[in-house]
Amino acid sequence: MNARELDQLHILSVLVEDKSGVLARVASLFARRGFNIHSLAVAPTNRARFSRITVVVDLESAPLEQIIKQLDKLIHVVKIEELRPADAVERELMLVTVVKGEDPHDVLDIANRNGGYALDFDDDHITFSFGGAPKRLDVVERELAERGIRRIQRTGRIALPLLATES
Amino acid sequence: MRLTGAQAMLKSLELSGVDVVFGLPGGAILPLYDPLIESSIRHVLVRHEQGAGHMASGYAHITGKPGVVIVTSGPAATNIVTPLCDAYIDSIPMIAITGQVAFGAIGSDAFQECDTVGITRSVTKHNELISSPDDIPRLVQEAFHIATTGRPGPVLLDLPKDIANTDMEWDPAIELTWGQDLDLPGYRPHIEIDSSAIAAAVELISGAKQPVIYAGGGLLRARAVEALAEFVELTEIPVVTTLMARGVFPDDHELCLGMPGMHGNYTAITAIQQCDLLLAFGSRFDDRVTGKVDAFAPKAKVVHIDIDPAEHGKIRQAEVPIVGDAREAIVAINKLLIDQGAARPDRTAWRSMVSGWQEAYPLKYDQSDTGYPLKPQYVLEQLRDLSPADTIVVSGVGQHQMWASQFWHFNYPYTWVNSGGLGTMGYAVPAAIGAKVASPDKTVWAVDGDGCFQMTSQELITAAAEGIPVKIAILNNSYLGMVRQWQELFYEERYSQVYLSPDHPDYVKLAEAMGCVGLRVDRAEDVAGVIEQANAINDRPVVVDFRVDEFEKVYPMVPSGGSNDVVIVGPEGDAELGLGAAPS
Repeated sequence: MNARELDQLHILSVLVEDKSGVLARVASLFARRGFNIHSLAVAPTNRARFSRITVVVDLESAPLEQIIKQLDKLIHVVKIEELRPADAVERELMLVTVVKGEDPHDVLDIANRNGGYALDFDDDHITFSFGGAPKRLDVVERELAERGIRRIQRTGRIALPLLATES
Repeated sequence: MRLTGAQAMLKSLELSGVDVVFGLPGGAILPLYDPLIESSIRHVLVRHEQGAGHMASGYAHITGKPGVVIVTSGPAATNIVTPLCDAYIDSIPMIAITGQVAFGAIGSDAFQECDTVGITRSVTKHNELISSPDDIPRLVQEAFHIATTGRPGPVLLDLPKDIANTDMEWDPAIELTWGQDLDLPGYRPHIEIDSSAIAAAVELISGAKQPVIYAGGGLLRARAVEALAEFVELTEIPVVTTLMARGVFPDDHELCLGMPGMHGNYTAITAIQQCDLLLAFGSRFDDRVTGKVDAFAPKAKVVHIDIDPAEHGKIRQAEVPIVGDAREAIVAINKLLIDQGAARPDRTAWRSMVSGWQEAYPLKYDQSDTGYPLKPQYVLEQLRDLSPADTIVVSGVGQHQMWASQFWHFNYPYTWVNSGGLGTMGYAVPAAIGAKVASPDKTVWAVDGDGCFQMTSQELITAAAEGIPVKIAILNNSYLGMVRQWQELFYEERYSQVYLSPDHPDYVKLAEAMGCVGLRVDRAEDVAGVIEQANAINDRPVVVDFRVDEFEKVYPMVPSGGSNDVVIVGPEGDAELGLGAAPS
């Protein structure tokens, strides 16, 4: 992913009412208006009534302002914050099953250098978990790809505003 | 007090001010139809659920109150998708109550089950599946609140059969605060008008040499007719009224330029193209108005009033966006104009430029001296001149719709009902019925095409059976006329699947079979007499089959996607139309 592409990815932190179908409402709005979702994570918040959706949007498809305004029209959307990467902390989790290869130390070394944990293995593979900033995971993924990835699942990023920037 | 969910629903509708509903019963909605027998609410029994939806729309257009539809689950719910979508895009308040299979059976592919909430999600402002009878009073209050505030729109409540049959405790105390029991943390429709934006707008208005008001349907939704009239009186700025706004400012007023857009008149289109200040009040820069967006009103600064924040900057970035209620915004502008007491700039040159266009390019057509073939425009002029001035005109979609908008003189607000955004053929007959129910003392003429009429004509049985004496003028050119026009101009006269035949059906016999009076005219000399005959009938619906010229086309025309600087005013410009690439 090059810098231009990264510029086009913006994070929206969307507080929604935790009602049945709310994710479908958000997803179908994106589909209906032709907005692209790069990644999406959703989970309950500490307040029972609300969930938070962290959605990374691709601005190649539509201007951010229009995406936010259309999202805000959904009745179950309570609050939308745009988190600029410079003003937010971001994390993502990645599970990846890697081919051991002739020398497993090679992949174990990558894991050690990047804070990965081995969760599972068989004769030919090891499954690791990596947590970290999404860009860092991109780097790890590329390194592991050279050794051979059998399966991979990333969660999509989650983010919160930097405390210093919160009003 | 113990009530069933169904009783609670009806009581909630009554408390919300509903006096009439349009619907058709079926399995899953049976529980709601039983207590309806004792209810004060009038029920209009339609012949197809789509008709119920458009009737509700016609009713809402006239009254400003939400039209209410009650239908059953499955196919009935899918049959109202078109009217919901139509109401959504035209910002019409509507409430739809759909039956649903029992809550526990949802997802099991039960008989007449469909995912109504899923299917209608993108064609409603909001929808909810009711999961407990206790929620019904609050959900109904919320539905009416959402449908009628902010940018209005349709709201659907999906009512599972077992929930309608389950008892709930009705607390009479809620009736005292009805309409206020809302729990909508994510819905804040009222937007305070930004006074600095008002000041900026007034500054632009005061300095503009060639301003024009581009009045949209939002002004009607906002009940801003008087505010607009005062604004025009204060500023003497000419007004174009979009298809959705016909009647918001009187056509007979010297400052009214009529309709802009693809089939607007030359003056309205050109005034926008040449203006230095475009006052977009309650309008949304629809592609049928703008043509090629980059070439639309190229010299203009824009003041845009719209209650929907998402409309601002969607198509055209305004110099002064005013987010909020159009009536409040215009009242605030008027007040500031009066307070400042500034002299109006001299706009004599602009006024004479505009009136020069009006003289040079009036709407025109040729009715031959023999009176045959009969021109549709002539029929509309006669209908206009021989019907009461405050007649409500309802149209379908196509050539007849454009001619009706062009040739009627709309001098009263809420006398024009049509499907603007979605372009729903078949809208006219049911919407006219809804309009007549809303306004029984007014004459209601549906101006319809033969193609449109055949889509929903069965609702005339409803009109006859329920005693709703609407009048239908079919401009029968035996073609899907607008499509035929495009095939003529852009597809080398290769007519593909557009011929309908003038005689199938026999519209007079069909009308009579449905309990209406059926009349037919094919010569200009007979038009007035038949219209007078139709206008004198008030005990049942009337259908007039006007056999009009098959080849008449709608002018002026700006080809789709073209610049509004190129207006084809009549058939002599057809060659020019054909030169362009096929538009979309």
